[in-house]
This record gives sequence, C-alpha cells and structure tokens, in this order.
Amino acid sequence: MIPACRLADLPRGEAFRLDIDPPVSVFHTDDGEVFAIDDTCTHQDASLADGWLEGCEVECPLHASKFDLRTGAVDAPPARLPVRTHEVVVEDGMIYVRVSTEAPNLPPCVASRLAGGPA
Amino acid sequence: MVGASLAGLSAARSLRKQGYDGRLVVIGDEPHRPYDRPPLSKEFLAGTIGAADLTLETDDEDLRAEWLLGVRATGLDSAERAVRLADGRAVRADGIVIATGAAARTLPGSEGLAGVHVLRTLDDALALRDALARGGRLVVIGGGFVGAEVASTAYTLGLDVTVVEAAPTALAGPLGETMGHIVSALHADHGVRLLCGVGVKGLGGEHRVDAVLLEDGRSIPADIVVVGVGARPCVEWLEGSGVALDNGVKCGADGRTSLAGVVAVGDCANWYDPRVGAHRRVEHWTGARERPDAAVAALLAWGAVEPGVPRPPYFWSDQYGVKIQFAGHAAGADSVTIEEGAPDDRNVLAVYRRAGRPVAVLGMNQPRLFTRWRKQLAVATS
Repeated sequence: MIPACRLADLPRGEAFRLDIDPPVSVFHTDDGEVFAIDDTCTHQDASLADGWLEGCEVECPLHASKFDLRTGAVDAPPARLPVRTHEVVVEDGMIYVRVSTEAPNLPPCVASRLAGGPA
Repeated sequence: MVGASLAGLSAARSLRKQGYDGRLVVIGDEPHRPYDRPPLSKEFLAGTIGAADLTLETDDEDLRAEWLLGVRATGLDSAERAVRLADGRAVRADGIVIATGAAARTLPGSEGLAGVHVLRTLDDALALRDALARGGRLVVIGGGFVGAEVASTAYTLGLDVTVVEAAPTALAGPLGETMGHIVSALHADHGVRLLCGVGVKGLGGEHRVDAVLLEDGRSIPADIVVVGVGARPCVEWLEGSGVALDNGVKCGADGRTSLAGVVAVGDCANWYDPRVGAHRRVEHWTGARERPDAAVAALLAWGAVEPGVPRPPYFWSDQYGVKIQFAGHAAGADSVTIEEGAPDDRNVLAVYRRAGRPVAVLGMNQPRLFTRWRKQLAVATS
C-alpha cells in the first residue's frame, strides 16, 4: 500500500494526485467518501485531479469526459475506455492506496511516450 | 432522432437512460455512425489518430436503435408527425428530436475550384488531410477557432501558412478584443502570418486555386485554401413545417420547440438562456453533449418538469501546443483581468466581469485553475 496524504489535509470536494507512474488520484467527495482512480484521462493526456468533482463522478478538465469514481466506468464521452479503480484504506487518519494490478487504459499519446516512441 | 452526430447520439442515450423503451429511429445524412468532430482540425488532420479513434459509441453499447444513415431529412409533416426523407420514405413518430447541426459556410464563387476546402465533416477532413500531406502554401480564410486550429496543424506539418481575418482582431467575437488579441498572437509566435482587418474579394485560378485576392488589392499566393467563416444551422428542411425558426430552431430553456412533441438540440437549436435573458444558439461540443438530457426530459414529460439552469457554455481549443479553454459569455463583460500567469508567456487565467460579477473565464494552459473558476462561474450565474 502506498501512503497518499492525511485525510484531514484533503477537504471534501478536493483531489490529491499521487505522483507514481502512471499517476493515481484520490478524491474526497462532498458526501465524505474517498475513492482512488487513475489520474490520466483515457481519452487524452489530462489530469483528472484537476477536473470537476460532482457526486461520485469526475469530469475531465479538458474535454468533459466523465468517469464514475466507484467503478471507473465512462459516464460521458469522448472517452470510451474506463479508468482503473484502486482500493483505498484509511488508517489512523492516513489515506493509503493499493494500486490495481490490471493494465491501465492510457490515452494513445501517453502510451506511446511510455513505450519510448514519439510523444 | 433527426441527426446522428453528438447531439443525436446523446439524445438517444438520454432517452434510454430516462426509461424510454419504445422504437427509436436515428436518421443521419452522413453515411457514418456518430463520430467526434473536435479532433478533425487537430489530431486527425495531423494524422496522429485515425477514423476509428473518432468513434463515439462504446464497444458494448446497444441503444436498440434503427440507424437510417446516408439519407437526408427533407421535411417535417406536423399533422402526420412524420419526417420525410430524401429517398421518398417517411418515418412517423410520437416524439421528434431535431439535431441536424450546422453546415460550413462557403465562399460565393469558390464552387468547383480545386484546392478550396471547408472543414466540418469526416469526409471534409479526409480531403484536407490528403491536400496538406502534399505540402505547399496554405491560406486560411477566417481567423476563428476552426481556422486557427487548421493553421496550427498545418504549421506542425511544415506548410507555409497565412490566416486572413476580416475583423480588426481575430477571435474578438468569442473572446473580446483584449484576449482575442492575446490568443491570436499564437500565430505570429510560430511564424504564421495573420492578416487582420482585410476582407477577401475573391479567389484566383482557373480550375485550381492559385491565390486569395484581398479587398485592399493584395494577392496572396496559395496552393490550398481553407474557408473557415463559420457555420449556418441546417434547418431549411423545416421551413413551412410549423416549427418556429429564428437563427436555427427557436427553443425554450429546455429545448422545446413551438410544436408539441418536438425538441431541438445541438448546433441547430437556438435555446433560450435564462442567464442572459435571451436566445443563444451555442455551437459548442459540450452543449451538444449536455443539453439533450434536459430536452429528452422535456420531450418525455412535455411541460411537467421545470427546466434547470444549464451550466455556462464551455469550449476548448488546442493551438500550437497551447490548451485554450473558455466558459461563459464574453459579450456584456465590462472588464477583463489577468488573475494568474502572463500574456507574454501564453499562460494565462483571465476573468471577465460585469459590474464586478464574473461572467466568463479564459484559460491558456491553466486547466486546474480554469476548472475552479468554471465551477465558481456556474454558482455565480445560476
């Protein structure tokens, strides 16, 4: 498990980006729930931590794709592939993330960069 | 559903999501299933993504719709509640969603001249992509967003690019004078010529274009010309149908038209905007995605639901590697202030205000701050 941040330091409605590769975002919803999903939108290179959090849904800051924080599913296009969800554990006021072992759905530009090809 | 692009697809999805279980017919004049248009002037034109990447439907999606594609709607018979098609067929319906979009305006006299392009559809983009691949001198007529994105893409492909804009400042309409000037300065940053305040008199060339002739007498040599002078709503087919038209289909704040059982969404729809107290036809991607939810609710309940206040209109543009984002209405603002960044760095968050209240926000490479302001704007103006 990777420590992210203290729950007290993450106000409701805010997100924390964990700078691992690929990055993961932790969201604290207005209802007080905490979720972790891949930070990179599956459509194009954008940080979902910078997006618009509403209920259990985050809207990509660039092209308005929406993802369900509970399942990672796409709720609105242009994205077509889900983001991964990651297990969240809160212990002694600290948020921990257990990163999924599935393969991430990275957008074409990021995937080619990671593979060493042209960005 | 008359129209099979983003607005039509979104309406079809909304219908199923909101519990409509009956027969659903989607009519589209293009032969393609719904595809995403914004990349047509950017990644698709640059050749970094292909047509398959533009698909809007997901692999496991089943809307249980009948798709009538490649056939144009030619009329709406309000008595029969039927849509007439160009091939002679007619489709009767209990409810009709008009989502016929807009078509690129052309330059009078340019018909039949090779080398002259518009950019609206996938087929337009394919033709332009092939032309740009051959290289040469490109002249873009119109310094709006489509024109600017084409110029930016052509620049990355190594073409010699000139943009001609009739207004004194490009993008002044959507962004206002001050910020229009700052954003359109991206052209000069990259050695793309931007000629403002001069109209186009005509095009030179016999069968193939070889120049753009300006009203001040100059002639700009051209191998390829792109006409990016806006779009007109595709509503000719509704004339005489009883559906009230005024700069597109005239709609209430929930997309209802003057005819019961008929709503309109997307670029062809001129919705009443309660924020500004007037009708506004919005040609943004996000409007075509979001507004069908409200229009479908209105269609299913017809007046039994109170229309909500839509979020402020939002659009984005990518030019020369800079992410440009805008939300709200620039018209009517009495001040613009730079809240973050510096115009010279092309890294700016600017807020437009009217009598001290924020009415619009612009970001250049500021996605995080922009989203914060966009949320504030939705609260401030609702």
